[in-house]
Amino acid sequence: MNAEMAALERQEEVPDQTLHADLEEELKKEAVLSGSEILLRCLLLEGVEYVFGYPGGAVLPIYDSLYGNRLKHILARHEQGAIHMADGYARATGKPGVVIATSGPGATNLVTGIATAMMDSVPLICITGNVPQHLIGTDAFQEADIKGITMPITKHSYLVTDVNDLPRIVKEAFHIATTGRPGPVLIDIPKDVSNAKTKFYYPDKVHLRGYNPTIYPNGMQVEKVCRVIPRAKRPVILAGGGVISSGPKASEELIRLAEKAQIPVTTTLMGLGGFPGQHPLFMGMPGMHGSYAANHALLECDLLIGVGVRFDDRVTMARLDKFATKAKIIHLDIDPAEIGKNVETYIPLVGDVKHSLAAINEKLETGDTREWLEQIEAWKRAYPFTYKKSDEVLKPQAVVEMIYRSTGGDAIVTTDVGQHQMWVAQYFPFKYPRSNITSGGLGTMGFGFPAAIGAKIAYPDRTVIAVTGDGGFQMTAQELAIVAIHNIPVKVAVINNQVLGMVRQWQEIFHGSRYSEIDLAGSPDFVKLAEAYGVRGLRARTPKEAEEAWQEALRHPGPVVVDFVVPSEENVYPMVAPGAGLDEMIMGEDEA
Amino acid sequence: MSNQQTHTISILVNDEPGVLARVAGLFGRRGYNIDSITVGGSEEPGLSRMIIVTRGDEHTIEQITKQLNKLIDVIKVQVLSDQAMVARELALIKVNVNPANRAEISGIIEPFRASVIDVGQTSLIIQVTGDQNKVNALIQLLKPYGIKEICRTGVSAMARGLAMVAVK
Repeated sequence: MNAEMAALERQEEVPDQTLHADLEEELKKEAVLSGSEILLRCLLLEGVEYVFGYPGGAVLPIYDSLYGNRLKHILARHEQGAIHMADGYARATGKPGVVIATSGPGATNLVTGIATAMMDSVPLICITGNVPQHLIGTDAFQEADIKGITMPITKHSYLVTDVNDLPRIVKEAFHIATTGRPGPVLIDIPKDVSNAKTKFYYPDKVHLRGYNPTIYPNGMQVEKVCRVIPRAKRPVILAGGGVISSGPKASEELIRLAEKAQIPVTTTLMGLGGFPGQHPLFMGMPGMHGSYAANHALLECDLLIGVGVRFDDRVTMARLDKFATKAKIIHLDIDPAEIGKNVETYIPLVGDVKHSLAAINEKLETGDTREWLEQIEAWKRAYPFTYKKSDEVLKPQAVVEMIYRSTGGDAIVTTDVGQHQMWVAQYFPFKYPRSNITSGGLGTMGFGFPAAIGAKIAYPDRTVIAVTGDGGFQMTAQELAIVAIHNIPVKVAVINNQVLGMVRQWQEIFHGSRYSEIDLAGSPDFVKLAEAYGVRGLRARTPKEAEEAWQEALRHPGPVVVDFVVPSEENVYPMVAPGAGLDEMIMGEDEA
Repeated sequence: MSNQQTHTISILVNDEPGVLARVAGLFGRRGYNIDSITVGGSEEPGLSRMIIVTRGDEHTIEQITKQLNKLIDVIKVQVLSDQAMVARELALIKVNVNPANRAEISGIIEPFRASVIDVGQTSLIIQVTGDQNKVNALIQLLKPYGIKEICRTGVSAMARGLAMVAVK
């Protein structure tokens, strides 16, 4: 067993939340209970330890039942903070995150978080209160049709109209959220249902006729794949978030496949960590800000094996005339609707990718890819990610490299969205699955910091770092109260360039440097902001200060915000302009 | 767009609140077109059957089918137009009449096996059942008399023979 596999095994040690048999028995005991008591029992029976939320009128019965309950509740300062925490918890562990919000504004404040989870296939259980049923449809105080509002951004949603349905619905919700292609499920509970009493009974099984995800791949298709792979001269594996969702076994099988057949690997933003970033077969991320080697491998390959990816426009640039045009495409995915959605597929393989990869590895004979690997190596050597290094000016890329060095890549790193997110993707070679937590699909600013809180709650013993920007951090900075009050030692690295950097970059390149509304002047002093919440704040303006401040931050036992003041003008390169193909990369400045 | 063809899709769904919204919403947000939609009971209590007539190339129809299948409340999806099927629509047509042309109109509708279901002083309501072409043809013929109102149900359809959209 090599080092990577050993590390992967370690990843399997998710927080122990298995119920003790006596507790399970106690929880399943028949009793006449209120809807809110039933809800909490169901959550405990599903192995939930933490819920994130914010109370209000319509969830008063639920919060009353929470009083003194075994479930641990984290009171966020905004529902969006709560749901991103639940999301970070879910992405770090693979277990469903649970969030509770009240009706109306509480529920609508979840919307961005639900969409974020939906786009990245994250299992969440979103519990909202609603007004009592006799008031539904009357435009009552704090009434919102949250089931209707969230229909397009949930995997499924429920409005509970009878307390007797509640245990079945909770059971189904957990099943739907965590199986197949995971996703958020909403349960809207009117206040009268929370208050209504009934005899509690928890079903052992779910019965959903319209929901039977394909888990195991079709054997004939596997054989076809195994015939095609050895014949390829220039194969490439493109792995995505599906490799992470599928579990550590999927990464293991992916490494096996790549090593056995000597196929170079690129992973999407969501797939980073699914294949070790320092592995010799790894080419970096592809696409808009991807590596030269990865993009050119995609241009030149004769076989493309997509594993748990959806070929989105940040990877293909939506220029299919310039994407893997010489290649036959094999597509492994658990969601049949992804097959053929964006690219034409030669061999589809529907199933959980860990099983599909395992089945391929079982039968696969290998071909000869030496020449191709030499070509890839030459590209990697000639065009690595570079930036103009400096001893005086603090470069954002240097901050990310420093964070990587200081943690040996062992940390869980969450990000917000924009330039810093891309720099993390480029300069932080993630070692393990679930150590990269980022909003890839929806691109939600304000995600990183609360997501880090959720991840740290799940793994108190691991270093959890939120790399964020001065824009994104201000969208959910109020959650500093949470790390302060619970002493959650998250390390927040604010890459502070005083502007909305990615917007600025696009305005510079595509809008003739007409900088429109990107100046974040008026931002608070982040050190003082942290201190105002009782959190340690540090600032660095030079490479030397950065090193000192970061070491201090890691030494400090509690939460820390480090304000890394960097120039506004730094751009993310390479870049493929929107509308251009992968062959038209803007390479940016060479290393000085 | 090229290869745009009309397709009839039969969907067996749970008879639950919001299911129509889920299906219609899916078509809306993914940019699929709905020419007509009908919903009603099925042979099994608790399940409804929807018939949607839509347009698109093969790729679009495949995506529609797959996306529909992802909905938890969708039990089964079948593209009826891939096979032999019967499709029928009912239309009510209110047309102007006067004593002079009453008989003439009766003569027109007769070959369509349409019937007059309401007779007023100055108008008739005609009921016609058939495929869309037949209904369109009758409407064209009645136009010269002055059509006041048309109400069409949308297409209801079934596969011929034993093929059926039912639970396995």
